[in-house]
Amino acid sequence: MIRETYVNALAVAVLLAVPAWAVIADEPFTITLMTRAAIFAVAAIGLNIALGIGGLVSFGHAVFFGLGGYAMGILAHHAQTYTALAEWPILIEGTKSMPVIWLLAVVLSALAALVIGILSLRTSGVYFIMITLAFGQMFFFFAISWAEYGGEDGLSIYVRNGFPGLNTLVPIHFYGLCLTVLFLVLVFAWRLVNSPFGLALNAARQAPIRVETVGLDPVRIKLVAFVISGAITGLAGAMFADLNRFVSPTMFSWQTSGEIMIFIILGGVGRLFGPVVGALVFVALEHWLGGLSDYWHIYLGLLLLLTVLFGRGGLIGMVSGRRAVHD
Amino acid sequence: MSLILLIEQVLNGLQFGIMLFLMAAGLTLIFGVMGLINLAHGSLYMIGAFCAAAVAGLTGSFVLALIAALAGAAIAGALVELVVIRRLYDKDHLDQVLATFALILIFSEGTRWIFGSFPLFLDVPDYLSGPITLPGGIEYPLYRLTLIIVGLLVALGLYLLISKTRLGVQIRAGENDREMIAALGIDIAKLYTIVFALGAALAGLAGALVGAIQSVQVGMGEPVLILAFVVIVIGGIGSIKGALIGAILVGLTDTLGGIFLPEVMKLFFDPSTATSIGSSVASMAIYILMAAILILRPSGLFGARA
Repeated sequence: MIRETYVNALAVAVLLAVPAWAVIADEPFTITLMTRAAIFAVAAIGLNIALGIGGLVSFGHAVFFGLGGYAMGILAHHAQTYTALAEWPILIEGTKSMPVIWLLAVVLSALAALVIGILSLRTSGVYFIMITLAFGQMFFFFAISWAEYGGEDGLSIYVRNGFPGLNTLVPIHFYGLCLTVLFLVLVFAWRLVNSPFGLALNAARQAPIRVETVGLDPVRIKLVAFVISGAITGLAGAMFADLNRFVSPTMFSWQTSGEIMIFIILGGVGRLFGPVVGALVFVALEHWLGGLSDYWHIYLGLLLLLTVLFGRGGLIGMVSGRRAVHD
Repeated sequence: MSLILLIEQVLNGLQFGIMLFLMAAGLTLIFGVMGLINLAHGSLYMIGAFCAAAVAGLTGSFVLALIAALAGAAIAGALVELVVIRRLYDKDHLDQVLATFALILIFSEGTRWIFGSFPLFLDVPDYLSGPITLPGGIEYPLYRLTLIIVGLLVALGLYLLISKTRLGVQIRAGENDREMIAALGIDIAKLYTIVFALGAALAGLAGALVGAIQSVQVGMGEPVLILAFVVIVIGGIGSIKGALIGAILVGLTDTLGGIFLPEVMKLFFDPSTATSIGSSVASMAIYILMAAILILRPSGLFGARA
């Protein structure tokens, strides 16, 4: 549909134009808001692969978001206190290098997604929703009771981690980096959806028995999708922690899982740009409504409720008038 | 570690489990009959507690407070069912999760708007406060013992309601074949509203009862809601018997794990490490229990085979 392409182009234009304006007008806070939106979009693109295409309603993606965050927090904490992460069997030291941290965040989240996926995919439907929610809580309570890394208070990092060739302390540099990651992840998601694997995943959601009869294992396909999905959300978690220079158990909370879901539903489930549009709208609402009223969650709740009840296909669906991809 | 301490902790676990059962029973009933996953159940728990605290503050009567909790939560439940929830029965689970998540946001912020962010307090009445001596010379708080008894009575009442009354027959029929009972002339929309209000009233009662030993505040419902989810996943979704057994298992695991895991760890580590590892593992114990049960029985202990 042509009009969906226009909406997508508009989203890209906003991502490029607003920060450009903010640099000229010297509004660093706007750049930070846009960075926040870009990172949320990456997290939601991750979830969208499992939820929108694979039909896996994961209510525990905060696990991966939080693991990414803590990967950054723990490594940077050891680097800034000049202590070793582990001395045995080999010496592991902390680091302040973003590429290393991000790689570790991705690997760690993928491993966690593999284990959680193997266990959770034994179930389906409501059981899947609840068991992923429970895994999220498990990590949440573990983070709270882990006094060595701040427990309930979390960890603060004094100086933002570095990326070769950039000064990440300059808001627009860090935004450019996050935006590049967002575009790369978008291209990856687009290639994935249109690949044979993406088609098989789509089919595994719509008709698992047919997928099985042509000789594919739907559970394995979904597991791979869940791992990819978790890894991308984990990357976003590390970026989010970099943005705030702070991690806390809140990143693991079930509200975080719910928020990542909200980005997708506001924008449009299963659409490539759904998470991007949703994250932009969410951050804008958070900023404007949060300024108008302390109780802005009421309005967010109402908007979400109306979107679910009457606006199938999210904002992109409403504008472009195409029925939801998700069924 | 004396025997008396052990018995006290078992009773604490039982009391916690029984209160979880009140939440889980409503959730599992609503899921069994309407096929709806209701995240806003924790908000109904909170509404019950706030109604109780407000009425107790005005009248000073604990009994009136409990009645207010039951009525307030039931009315809120019926209204929510009429306005929002009934539009969700035909939608998929994702929409149900998101719409009821939206309801949580609305209820929590609405309550914060009316009552403020500071916790309210609901006092245990004089005639229920203080310890009672159990056979064997064990001192135990009377109020907690009352909670166990009230919870067990509610469980018995639910059992009688579902197995002996006409409404119970309709509920069981609704779980099995909702088209058929509609075809037999039962007003299915009314039945759904009644079941939802019943589940809400149970949640409200639990909120009020627990509110007297904890503080009454916004967001109090969600931790309990998630535990109630764990309970019904363990017990098997739709099974009230499963909810009771799952609730007691979760209550005991959580309470006893918190006390004994650090002790067990002391056998292997030095005391401070043991305490930190033990409490970390204890905080995850019920989720580990749930994962273990799901590996053995993917649809819970008493769930129908998926």
